[in-house]
Amino acid sequence: MATISQFMTDNHHHCDDLFAAAENAAGDGDWAACAGQFRKFADAMEHHFGMEETVLFPAFEQQTGMTMGPTEVMRSEHAQMRGVLKRLADAVAQKNANAYLGNSETLLILMQQHNIKEESVLYPMTDQSLGSRSGELIGRMAEMSKAA
Amino acid sequence: MQPGLSFEQAPPFSAPLRFFLTAPLFAILAALLLLYEGPQALASRWAPPALALTHLLTLGFMAMVMMGAMLQMLPVVAGSRVPKPLLVASAVHATLTAGALALAFGLLLLSPPLLRIAAVVLGACFLVFIVAAGYSVAKAPAGSATVIAMALALAALAVTVGLGVMLASALGGAGLSISIPRMTDLHLGWGLLGWVGLLVIGVAYQVVPMFQMTPPYPRIMANWLAKTLFALLALWSAAGILLGDSVPWVALGLEFLAAAGFVLFALATLRLQRQRKRRQTDATTLFWRTGMASIIACALLWSAARLAPALAEDRAYSLLLGVVALYGFGFAVINGMLYKIVPFLAWFHLQSMAPGRSTIPNVKEILPDAAALRQLWAYWAAGGLLIAAAAWPEPFAYPAGIALAVSSAWLWANLMSCRRIYRSTLAALARETAGAIPDAARGS
Repeated sequence: MATISQFMTDNHHHCDDLFAAAENAAGDGDWAACAGQFRKFADAMEHHFGMEETVLFPAFEQQTGMTMGPTEVMRSEHAQMRGVLKRLADAVAQKNANAYLGNSETLLILMQQHNIKEESVLYPMTDQSLGSRSGELIGRMAEMSKAA
Repeated sequence: MQPGLSFEQAPPFSAPLRFFLTAPLFAILAALLLLYEGPQALASRWAPPALALTHLLTLGFMAMVMMGAMLQMLPVVAGSRVPKPLLVASAVHATLTAGALALAFGLLLLSPPLLRIAAVVLGACFLVFIVAAGYSVAKAPAGSATVIAMALALAALAVTVGLGVMLASALGGAGLSISIPRMTDLHLGWGLLGWVGLLVIGVAYQVVPMFQMTPPYPRIMANWLAKTLFALLALWSAAGILLGDSVPWVALGLEFLAAAGFVLFALATLRLQRQRKRRQTDATTLFWRTGMASIIACALLWSAARLAPALAEDRAYSLLLGVVALYGFGFAVINGMLYKIVPFLAWFHLQSMAPGRSTIPNVKEILPDAAALRQLWAYWAAGGLLIAAAAWPEPFAYPAGIALAVSSAWLWANLMSCRRIYRSTLAALARETAGAIPDAARGS
């Protein structure tokens, strides 16, 4: 059976693939393709944030009693990433390649250092504290992707 | 809060920035020393100016950036804080600056008092750093490949510094009965292959897949390479101390295995970069490729000298190996990493003071690609001329010195422009919010 770590890490990689496709289209100046790819990427990011903020983090906080710990920091980093995603959407609307590439580079580093923290620290902690419920939690998060 | 859970501990921007802005100044100083001394600086690897140059680059530039970056990265990759980050950064930066200057001039002038001061100041500097970084690594909840490589790099640093302090004390007149050439080989083996090599490997496991979106390193390499290289270094040291030169093939075999390990790492890195999903090729990627090509060049040069002993006897051989390893490999990777680290930290600190504000420049507005790429060309020119100068000091020492000064000053100017944009944005934000910026934001 998949662990929470594996499930969430795979979802990070899915977001990474969409990030690269959208950025490559912007680099080529193919704005029709970029608009479509960016929409997919932004939706996948929002979906990932949603899985964490509505299912995984509350379950972790309830189990461990830590509400001001790592999950709070992860939430604030989600807010930072949403800010940069907004500026990427503006760049797509204005077909501005420099603005797109500058903001995507910014988002990349922000996103990757966030993922390192989650994959090396937070997810292993959720495996430990929520391991017995992993099937149920992964099921609920997978349901969200069907609904989305 | 339990250890390992505190993510929100980014030290103020000034803590890492002081390391990154000081380092290019040491490279400029190395260039000025080369220009002052001329071809005689490269007369042999034991020439006092060559030893001074080497330590301006290894301590003043490389260790300066590596330690500043490690204090910054540990909370992210190890998930555990460095104790008293600002105090540690201030103490390490001040003692490293003073100690590197004392050592370089102590070696240049063969001044026992300066060498003794350097041994004490640098010993204290690295002790503080190794204890602080070691504490963070020891508290890391999960032993990822990166954290393990960093821990081994720290252990190698401790050996390097121990040997270095003994060497400086011996040259400074302390009555130690040690073989200076053998200790020097151990010192540079642990410093270059252990501390620099293992730290680059550990950092590469994170940043190569991350910046270009490549597949991860092969699992067997991530799990075993750093540990194997560390064990090879330990065996090589033991063989050197216990066997001396009586059974030369033992040391030779171990050296061959270590060279093969580093070449495999370089080839794996180049291969991953070819499989990258992001098509943009930026200056950092090109600096990494330069560094990996230099590892392979070092291994080829070393192999050639084993097959043709006349080459190993040549004055130029060890200088060439030194230039390619230090400037071609270490300097290149560090120069490239600075272009990722400094703009991102500037952006990160600005946006955490004014979340969501649209006037904050993105990383490429803080440091345009074109500026980094132009400096890369200057770096390549300096590298080529330094290689030529190692082989033929007579015509090439002065052009190499000029090129090294230009490339290093350019790097410094690029980093200073990041700080200028950081400060001007900060001032603009302060005007917008009528001076409501917290005090912590100032002074970096």
